[in-house]
Amino acid sequence: MSQLINSVLVLLVLTGFMLLSSSRLAACIHVVAFQGVLLGLLAILMQHGELTVTGVLLPLSTALVKGFLLPWLLFRAMREADTVREVEPLISYNLSIIAGSAVLVFALWLGQRLRLPSQPPSSLLVPAALFMSFVGMLVIVSRRKAVTQALGYLALENGVYAFGAAVALRLPVLVELGILLDVFVGVFVMGIAIFHISREFEHIDTDKFAASTDRPR
Amino acid sequence: MTTLVASLLFFGAGAVASVIFARRQRWLRLFGAGGVILGSVCGLVPAVRVAMGAPPQSLRMAWDVPYGSLYLRLDALSAFFLVPIFLICALAALYGTEYLEAYRERKSLAPAWFFLNVLAASMAVVVLANNAVLFLMAWETMSLSSFFLVTFENEKKSTRRAGWTYLVASHIGTTFLLVLFVLLGKANGSLDFDRFGPASGAGAFFVLALAGFGTKAGFVPLHVWLPEAHPAAPSHVSAIMSAVMIKTGIYGLLRILTFLGPMQAWWGWTLCAIGLSSGVLGVLLALAQHDLKRLLAYHSVENIGIIALGIGVGIVGVSLGEPFVAVAGFAGAMLHVLNHAMFKALLFLDAGNIAHTTHTREIDRLGGLLARMPATGATFLVGAAAISGLPPLNGFISEFLIYMASFKGAVSSGAFGSVPMLATLSGLALIGGLALACFTKAFGIVFLGQPRSERAEHAREAGLAMLAPGFVLAAGCVLVGLFGASVVRAMAPLISNVTHLQSSLIGFDLAGAANSVERVAQFGALLIAMAALLALARTKVLARRRVSTATTWDCGYASPSPRMQYTASSFAQPLTTSFRMLLQTREVLTGMEETFPRRAEFHSHTDDPYQRYLFQPLFQSINRATAFLRPLQQGGVQLYVLYIVVTLLAVMLWEIA
Repeated sequence: MSQLINSVLVLLVLTGFMLLSSSRLAACIHVVAFQGVLLGLLAILMQHGELTVTGVLLPLSTALVKGFLLPWLLFRAMREADTVREVEPLISYNLSIIAGSAVLVFALWLGQRLRLPSQPPSSLLVPAALFMSFVGMLVIVSRRKAVTQALGYLALENGVYAFGAAVALRLPVLVELGILLDVFVGVFVMGIAIFHISREFEHIDTDKFAASTDRPR
Repeated sequence: MTTLVASLLFFGAGAVASVIFARRQRWLRLFGAGGVILGSVCGLVPAVRVAMGAPPQSLRMAWDVPYGSLYLRLDALSAFFLVPIFLICALAALYGTEYLEAYRERKSLAPAWFFLNVLAASMAVVVLANNAVLFLMAWETMSLSSFFLVTFENEKKSTRRAGWTYLVASHIGTTFLLVLFVLLGKANGSLDFDRFGPASGAGAFFVLALAGFGTKAGFVPLHVWLPEAHPAAPSHVSAIMSAVMIKTGIYGLLRILTFLGPMQAWWGWTLCAIGLSSGVLGVLLALAQHDLKRLLAYHSVENIGIIALGIGVGIVGVSLGEPFVAVAGFAGAMLHVLNHAMFKALLFLDAGNIAHTTHTREIDRLGGLLARMPATGATFLVGAAAISGLPPLNGFISEFLIYMASFKGAVSSGAFGSVPMLATLSGLALIGGLALACFTKAFGIVFLGQPRSERAEHAREAGLAMLAPGFVLAAGCVLVGLFGASVVRAMAPLISNVTHLQSSLIGFDLAGAANSVERVAQFGALLIAMAALLALARTKVLARRRVSTATTWDCGYASPSPRMQYTASSFAQPLTTSFRMLLQTREVLTGMEETFPRRAEFHSHTDDPYQRYLFQPLFQSINRATAFLRPLQQGGVQLYVLYIVVTLLAVMLWEIA
């Protein structure tokens, strides 16, 4: 079982790198959707084989929302905003991958130093979760398109979800539902906002929004 | 307690309904005002009962907030503040139904009604809260909802500026309170008020409370937001803010005093000094104003000063072991809280009536309004006489109590104590005299003489919804003036709450004070009767004669025009020149240089000295000192997220390492 869990975790780490290296938005959305499905799988694997109805239904709904519903919304936003690729990231793709490696090392170190209330089923789980969150933040900080930033937010939430799975083996149903709803609303709002902003400003480059910020000039 | 909870629910329902019916003007008005009025009337019942001596009530519910609990307690102190809060809120809401109609075409009124309900509820919770977390949350809600009400006319630049000043000031004040309650909680191991007890370092707590609550109350030099925010707000909101909201600062100060154990004399002297400077400076600055509502705002500073004087004298009385000084001082201060709530709300509402019809608050553009707006004029006159502390109205009663306290204090304490007491005594007299001069100016220029502008000439009396609150408040001023003694007698539990003196001592001294007040009221009644008799005689005498109006002797001017009347600044000039040192009025006079007359101009402007010489330089130097941080604010979302990430990581690493 732990073999399986570990391979899922390795896959999750790899998706993180793919997210950092790909310039095509469609590919990025696919990657994040895949992450969502993997998370659902991970949650089922963590049940130690005792499958209950809620124990299956909840991860399943997670996979559905994170793997299909949210990507669909993002695809829609992408189509409506008429953007296909992230043109000029603030940090280049090569540099992003190097930064990603550095972050992975940091996450591994941090994962060992953190003292958790309960022993996670795999020693890789906490570092992988931390890595995913860091990758999400990295994407948010280094990319210009609003759709990519929404993706970064999703990756961040995926990391939080995985971390939650590591800390509390059985998350209360309400908490899981809460997180799902949270993400759903977040992406939904972002999708609508992206659509409207691109219609208003004819682009969705967030750094050009600076003209409408609080900076004294 | 159930009625109080019901009252809070009414406010909540009013707020929700204001959002739901945002586009339905009639429903909005009905539910928005209905929530405030029903909630207030409902809450008045238990508040009055406890204020008149019924036992305190409390309600405690579990709450998930750390260290917090939904712990409400209605004791004599909170009840005494709750009564004016509910009274003024109900009247202001009634007033608002007509006053806000003028804005109906231009903007949505839903925010105004929503935040009025929220403000009423939060003020009630502030005085009811018995837990620091709950208190601070209500306090913050109160500040924010009043901020949104102040910026109701946010299309005006001056209003936005005023709102900004208010927001900054109230948050600086809240910072002190946050520190205060955290320290109090740390010293006592709980954030519930009834667990707070005497702790070491009471002096530091007192100073923190003075700064935090003083900002809300408007103690000099923390008063600078008042003259900005009160004129900018819609008039019924100015009335609420000036009459009751700033009193929550006084409430907070008194509530903290109940925790701090034995009172020390220097607290009292500090408050006396603050009270004197607030009172004198407030009334002097009021005298120099040209804007009617700004003038009233400065009078709030003055009256808060008088209240601070009363509390200060009371604290000195407690610490020196002079029960009469303590009892009369506190009773005077508390009665003045109630009185100021009534006459200041009355004056602000009347100022609103004037602004509503003439669209100006400039005193020098008004004039002759008494003939055009008799009801507004009459109620304004009552309010003006009351705020100037003239018998037989309520303002005199409360100031009389403070006079008695400081007189007794000056007589019975040694040389060390008697000098400051005498200073208090003479300061109070000076404040009263200047206030009288100021309101002679305000009433004379606004209501008497000839209209100075087209707008004043076409002024019309306000409708019933805007007049009725004024009548109620004016009647209240007269009634408290005549029956103040019974209010004073009811204060025994309140004063024992604050001072921790023996109740037999309080009862004895309070009875003595109340008896003096009663005697004053008898003379007041006599005065009213004589005035009525004179009025009757006048009508009798004039009944059979012809009465005509003619121009007054015009000093030989060929054709006097309304513009040649005394202006507000010329009327006040003798006084403003003699206090030049404090006021720093800037005057600009052009022309009058050549032989033949040409166009000449005269402007005078009085800045708030603390704003100009303390806060502006202070904030400028803070700006200069922190200028190197400016490059951090680049305007890019990515960068801001990076800051957050870096901060979070730093905190995390610090925790691990």
